[in-house]
Amino acid sequence: MAELSIQKLTKSFGGLMAVSNVSLEIKNGELVGLIGPNGAGKTTVFNLLTGIYEPTSGEITFEHDGRKTRLNKLKPYRISKAGIARTFQNIRLFRDLTVLDNVRIAMHQNAGYGLLAGFLHLPAHALEEKKIVEESINLLDIFNLSDKKNEMARNLPYGEQRRLEIVRALATGPSLLLLDEPAAGMNLGETAQLTETIAQLRDRFDLTVLLIEHDMSLVMRICERIYVMDYGSMIAEGAPEEIKANPRVIKAYLGEDVANA
Amino acid sequence: MKELVKKPVLRKGVGLVAVFIIVQLLLMTGVMNDYYFATLVTICINIILASSLNLITGFTGQLSLGHAGFMSIGAYTCAIFMMHVPPGWGVGAFLAGVLLGAVAAGVVGLLVGLPTLRLRGDYLAIATLGLSEIIRIIMVNLDITNGAAGLSGIPRFVNWIWLFVFTAGVVLLIANFINSTHGRACKAVREDEIAADTMGVNTTRYKVIAFIVGAFSAGIAGALYASYFYVIKPDLFGFLKSVDILVIVVLGGLGSLSGSILAAILLAVMSSLLQSFAEIRMVLYAVMLVAIMIFRPQGLMGSKEVSLALLKKFGKNLTFKKKRV
Repeated sequence: MAELSIQKLTKSFGGLMAVSNVSLEIKNGELVGLIGPNGAGKTTVFNLLTGIYEPTSGEITFEHDGRKTRLNKLKPYRISKAGIARTFQNIRLFRDLTVLDNVRIAMHQNAGYGLLAGFLHLPAHALEEKKIVEESINLLDIFNLSDKKNEMARNLPYGEQRRLEIVRALATGPSLLLLDEPAAGMNLGETAQLTETIAQLRDRFDLTVLLIEHDMSLVMRICERIYVMDYGSMIAEGAPEEIKANPRVIKAYLGEDVANA
Repeated sequence: MKELVKKPVLRKGVGLVAVFIIVQLLLMTGVMNDYYFATLVTICINIILASSLNLITGFTGQLSLGHAGFMSIGAYTCAIFMMHVPPGWGVGAFLAGVLLGAVAAGVVGLLVGLPTLRLRGDYLAIATLGLSEIIRIIMVNLDITNGAAGLSGIPRFVNWIWLFVFTAGVVLLIANFINSTHGRACKAVREDEIAADTMGVNTTRYKVIAFIVGAFSAGIAGALYASYFYVIKPDLFGFLKSVDILVIVVLGGLGSLSGSILAAILLAVMSSLLQSFAEIRMVLYAVMLVAIMIFRPQGLMGSKEVSLALLKKFGKNLTFKKKRV
């Protein structure tokens, strides 16, 4: 059963085809990589999936718990509610709020009290807030961030900001997690650690993961399948070993001559 | 007693009751005369206005330059209502008038908020500025508002009890809202709208809610104004009034409710201290504002709130400095 299915997805900005005719299917529980040279349209696919852009044409459907949702015209907050969460390539934390608040905001959609309880601080408020804080701390613990919970997000070092982005995405309670270059700017040790964490997360939270990454050590190590994009089109799909040997992929990354040599 | 101090809710309650009793005693003993009481009314109305604008601009990040417009809707609605009901209604007329004024302002806030909150930053500021001008011009041209001359002889019902109930009520409700998941959603909109949306916050909804709550509260402030100062006219609620409110918010700190309260008190005190320098009063006022903005551009409180922890920290710093000397 495909959890996420993209059919002939196209997005054009004026005359520029950022994504053209891309199809992709991800099964429940898979860990899939999306790679390609800079400007291939990978992040645009993420933006289409999360409702930040509206597709020019094509179909995106998401199936979770037997509920099928067409994502094409949905607003980002509805897509989040349906069970898709993401991180951003260019970190987009709530910079002037605390680490804890960043995570608590992501739990907003599942907070079990209404406006009235918020205004009057009815018992439901205290009860739910306690639960929200506990769950937030638990999530922060996994990424060794709980002792920084009262720190402003902007004051965290770069690597921790990246980790906080993942925590925040997890806090929305997703079934499909989209990671946009989670290892960007990390050193070898940090990348290796992150690779392990991502693999563990999937099992622990019962997730399906789609990740964009330039770091091939990470992609080849944990991805079960890989999609390759170039100039807005999907040029290859397969297991890591197949992708490594695929001449079109080598050509896209290294150029014509090398591929023919 | 120590137990009492530990519970934040009780602490707040004790503080509020103390403020109420102290002012009540001052009034009863005659230490607080009519002049001082008028200043107190201005302070309370400004606290309501600044707290509610802070919710829109400081916490949700939507720059609004039309707050006086909502205030005038509350003032006129309440005044016209009170002047048209039979005198037998007594204080009931006042309470119904305040509620009606607040609801009217809130409804206008909703109608205006839905289309304009799609605009961002400067554009929203211009749209809200235009809105408050439209409201002012409507008030100038209607018969029921008595045009530019305005309404006079509005029954006075505002005393310290009502003033206290409405001011404390509005501030507490806004404070509660901010310290809930809904308030955090508003802050997320301010920080990064796209990220907030992606993390499951219905950004349009929260912008509109902040706008309605802000307009509703400004309506209450306007109604209190009408029922204390007898006279209202469209000029009182022009662009300058909106800017006055914004000055309080920025001075106190965008995103700090206690900052807004502090600034509302400070500005009123400053302005009455300057009474004796009538000619250069506005100049001195402006110089003070400029000085504060140079030395504390983030406002008096930044985005922090007055809390025991903060006071303790402040106290520690003071003693530390003394020791070093």
